Amino acid sequence: MAKDDIRDRETVTPADVLGGPTRRRGLTDFMPRKSGKLLAGLVLVVGTLLFAFLGPLFTQNPRNSDNPALLPPGSDGHVLGTTSLGRDVLAQLAHGAQGSIMVGLVAGAIALVLSLIFGILAGYVGGWTDEGLSAFTSVMLVLPGLPLIIVLASFAQQSDALQFMSRSLWLVAIILGLTAWPGAAIVLRSQARSLRVRDYVAASRVAGEKPHWIIGVEILPNLLPLLAAQFIGAVILAIMNEAGLAYLGLGPSGSITWGTMLNEAQTGAALTRGAWWWFVPPGLMIALFGCGLSLINFSIDEVVNPKLRTAPAAVKSVRKAAKAVAEDEKKVEA
Amino acid sequence: MSVLEVKDLVKDFTVRKGLKRSKLRAVNDVSFTLEPGKTIALVGESGSGKSTVARMIAKLETPSSGEILLDGVPSATRGRGLDGYRHDVQMVFQDPFASLNPFHSIEHHLERPLKLHKRAKGRGELEGQIHALLERVNLTPAEVMAKRRPHELSGGQRQRVAIARALAPGARFLVADEPVSMLDVSIRLGVLNLLARLQREENLGVLYITHDLATARHFSDEILVMFRGTIVERGPSDEVILDPQHEYTKLLLSASPDPGNQGRLRDEVRAELAASAAGGTVQDPGRDRFGTAGL
Repeated sequence: MAKDDIRDRETVTPADVLGGPTRRRGLTDFMPRKSGKLLAGLVLVVGTLLFAFLGPLFTQNPRNSDNPALLPPGSDGHVLGTTSLGRDVLAQLAHGAQGSIMVGLVAGAIALVLSLIFGILAGYVGGWTDEGLSAFTSVMLVLPGLPLIIVLASFAQQSDALQFMSRSLWLVAIILGLTAWPGAAIVLRSQARSLRVRDYVAASRVAGEKPHWIIGVEILPNLLPLLAAQFIGAVILAIMNEAGLAYLGLGPSGSITWGTMLNEAQTGAALTRGAWWWFVPPGLMIALFGCGLSLINFSIDEVVNPKLRTAPAAVKSVRKAAKAVAEDEKKVEA
Repeated sequence: MSVLEVKDLVKDFTVRKGLKRSKLRAVNDVSFTLEPGKTIALVGESGSGKSTVARMIAKLETPSSGEILLDGVPSATRGRGLDGYRHDVQMVFQDPFASLNPFHSIEHHLERPLKLHKRAKGRGELEGQIHALLERVNLTPAEVMAKRRPHELSGGQRQRVAIARALAPGARFLVADEPVSMLDVSIRLGVLNLLARLQREENLGVLYITHDLATARHFSDEILVMFRGTIVERGPSDEVILDPQHEYTKLLLSASPDPGNQGRLRDEVRAELAASAAGGTVQDPGRDRFGTAGL
């Protein structure tokens, strides 16, 4: 009997059973689980980001028009061919990725901050503050998005006050951010309204916490997965809307994004000339990047709503059971 | 004179039904005085307004009229005065699964009140106080428990954390809003005994809110019976239980389980079912005398 047996002790502490103090768990519990979905999303997004920030090191100047026009892919060292102005499509694609992602992130951040202010403040404070903020949110929500963006973009172009940033990448990003927040704000408001009446919020009020601390430390952390999902959603929306704006000719002038590439392809009659390598790559990049972000978003949704995690498995097991029953019946018949 | 006095407390809630607005008087003229070392039990059924009294004392609701006096001085509703009030009056909530923030560790829940009420300076002292608090509520080993998060604890353990949190500011008065009603029957007594021990150690004045007459009699010096916002009977606990005066108190007493009545309710229900099967709609008018069946 060299080792002392846990059964012989008078008191057994959790530490004896669990082997030492338990690890402090914080954010890890709120991270999405590893799954095929998450992995595919991460591969797409990280791949695009690497391409955007490392690609330009290896390509030529995207504005260099010394190349022969409309070279098909693979010819003369131009992996994705050239445009009708003789610009290298791959170089444009890599620089355009930077522009599009910048617009997406800036607009997403603006939308996030605004939805936090309008959503959580309205939901937590309540009363007349809530009425006012919600009314404004609702008005913003029903304003048709794209037309408003078009009006704002063309107004900014004309306005003297905004001349200094006339139709820059930043202006487009800010406009997109200013129009993307109301949906998220409404979701956040209802969440905050639900959280503010929880006992743990009441308990921290009784302990003497100040409202800003309650919002920041007691309520916000519990909304993290939701905020992450909304931020990613806003980024996707902004990239898509930027492409839409640019396609209509209202995109950022002077910078390259996937949207401006599509616009140039359209004005350069790429479709009628059969220059598919001009418009397919930017379109595909938008689709793939959006797809990757959406896949990550779905995995985050599973953190917020664990039912989603088991839903596919449940459907599968039902199908399996139905199959087994059908086979049994067949056996009985035979 | 160190007392918490509640004077003529009234709370009206506005009830909106379509365009109609009506007032619901949840608490009607409630007065009592809580002294250190004494326990007052506030007894009543669901919807009788006892939790609203608790929330008003904890300053989570503002009374429509009446006042709460701490040591003879009207208590503040905001600012530094309120901080001082919270220093003396704390509350334990009913549901231990809802009253701890799932995101934060147990340590956080005890650290905040200690810091807010300046009970500890520096990391070392703070940690020592947290561990001392956990040990006082029998959550050992304290170092391990402090690092846990609420979902890793059982209901009884959580409620003990909630009690430790209420003690952290060094309160003199404690409002316990049905502290054991969400716990398994087997651990209720343990938590109540813990509360009683802490009360003796710190000479706390406790307002014990419950619907359980047996524990009310066992743990309190005085019982107030509340019905529809009004206190209908009050007195020393044995007197109220053994010699109830008000009809409603008698009804409450008859509703608590009595081994002598074993099987009586079952027979009553069977008889009633048989009667209604025979075609009659006979309902015992005595069963809902107070019109509280819908509450």
